[in-house]
Amino acid sequence: MEKILVLVHTVEGGAVPRAALETLAAARSLGGDVVVGVFGESAGSSIGSLAVEGEAFAPARYATDAAACGALITASGAAVVLAPHTSRMGRALPGAAARAGGVVDTHITGLAAERGTLTASRWFYRQRIEGTISRAARPWVLLIEPGSFEAAEAAPAAAVTKLDVKAVSKTELVGFESPEGGEQTIRPDAETLFVAGAGWTKKQKDGQTHTPEAGELILGFVRAAKSSLGSSKSLVDMGSEGQSVLPFLTHLHQIGQTGSTPRHKKGLATCCHGEEPHVVGWRFVRERRAVNLDANCGWARGKADVLYVADAFEVVRELNKLIGS
Amino acid sequence: MPYQIVVCGGLAPDPLQTLEPVPGPAAPALKNEMMLPGVLDPWASHALYEAAHLAKQHSGSTVKLVSLAPKAKLQQVLMTIAQKVPFELVALDGPNNGFSDANETGKALGEAIAKLNLPKENLLVFGGWESATRGSGVVMQVIAEHLGIADVFLAVDEIKIEDGGSFTVKERVEGGKHMVSRCAAPPAVLAWATGNLPEPPNHPQTGMANMRVIMPSLQKAAPTAVGSGMAFASASLPKQVRETRIVKDTPAAEIAREIAEWLKQ
Repeated sequence: MEKILVLVHTVEGGAVPRAALETLAAARSLGGDVVVGVFGESAGSSIGSLAVEGEAFAPARYATDAAACGALITASGAAVVLAPHTSRMGRALPGAAARAGGVVDTHITGLAAERGTLTASRWFYRQRIEGTISRAARPWVLLIEPGSFEAAEAAPAAAVTKLDVKAVSKTELVGFESPEGGEQTIRPDAETLFVAGAGWTKKQKDGQTHTPEAGELILGFVRAAKSSLGSSKSLVDMGSEGQSVLPFLTHLHQIGQTGSTPRHKKGLATCCHGEEPHVVGWRFVRERRAVNLDANCGWARGKADVLYVADAFEVVRELNKLIGS
Repeated sequence: MPYQIVVCGGLAPDPLQTLEPVPGPAAPALKNEMMLPGVLDPWASHALYEAAHLAKQHSGSTVKLVSLAPKAKLQQVLMTIAQKVPFELVALDGPNNGFSDANETGKALGEAIAKLNLPKENLLVFGGWESATRGSGVVMQVIAEHLGIADVFLAVDEIKIEDGGSFTVKERVEGGKHMVSRCAAPPAVLAWATGNLPEPPNHPQTGMANMRVIMPSLQKAAPTAVGSGMAFASASLPKQVRETRIVKDTPAAEIAREIAEWLKQ
């Protein structure tokens, strides 16, 4: 197996994200020479034998991050570069790969090395087709999807070579914001994903809409179950089109073809039809249940483990009594 | 300040279509690929709407849509997109599917944008943060490198222009948060997530005005070969099909009890 560079960044306080340790495990599983390069805050005290640190490299910015990644790739002399697919790496590494004359593939969910040939698995068409690829070009940079490997253990490196990298940027970090009004959204650490579909805002049995009650029920469940909150595109779009909808839902909650693809153990869909563009975002949700009034909805066609044909208002009201107590 | 806004956008199959991979000479393809109805890639669409919105706020700004796609399919899709917002088209006639190489696509688009010779001091390059086909999130950074642009923002939901020409950008990051950055000045590359704007309604007059320049541009579309450094060992549909248990005519309280038990497991 060719020499592998595991490229990671630190987060606030100098720690490395869990996804970085998963990537390290992926590299070790391939065998061969593995070197770790780290950039960011306190990178010199981290798990890498190569490091780029300094004030300029602490915040996530394309110009400085790409320069740090490029320097680490060059210094390592590695033919294969593995990195966790965090937002920071996703932004910077494709540019760094281009600078290094290499190629990059992202959202990698599996790796194998057979008879010296490295192959990588990933999804195409938003989780609708899975494929396995290989490349001759080097350096080959692969961004590993978080959650695809068990995390490895890593200790601080015995000896660290700190690289002197010069990079300037006309971008400065201002800070971080949580989405407006959204106390809950897609949180990778939650065990359960709760998805609210457009049906919550439609006319109910009495011919009236009950949007405020829907909001209370949904947030009641999310708080009691400590779950992530997701939504379908149709419900999010209704808000931006000025219709009366659940005010705490934004595009950040959107799951599916044009939204996120979370990796929760369990998922509960409510008032959602389970159409393919939405369900592609459920590809990595292992156990799926749905509550819907339509027995012929998409969930019934092999997309959920259990479909409860029932009124979600009634079910969630009862459910909140049980899990909230 | 007026901006030169370049939007990069390819095509994607209509999300409601069934997709099936078939072997091709060099890489897989989709079954009946040329027959599948297409749409402008969803995230690129958001980028286009945001570009048009920004151009409207800053008089003298222009929006150019640079698209690498089979010419015939692009023409079909543009019949709809042209009715949404005003833009000029720069068409590249070439392959555009999920099995094409993002690295090479980025290079081809970068070369096409460079040939436009746009001044850099007010250049903003927009596009989707990923496509609905490859879903790689690579093309915009490769374009930035080709154009020598050192400020790139990924998964953008908002841009706000400030007095003096600087602008703040909100990018999606982990934990459902936005990272807010301030960039001193263009040029910059912004790869958009969904943004905050709804899809504009169709506007036939805009469509007619757009098509006057779009049709000649389509006719002049340069054949663009996109290489691929990828070798596919396999491309297949996922095997997993669930045996769905359908629970009907059951009281809500009983269903709630079952779900609560399941959540506890």
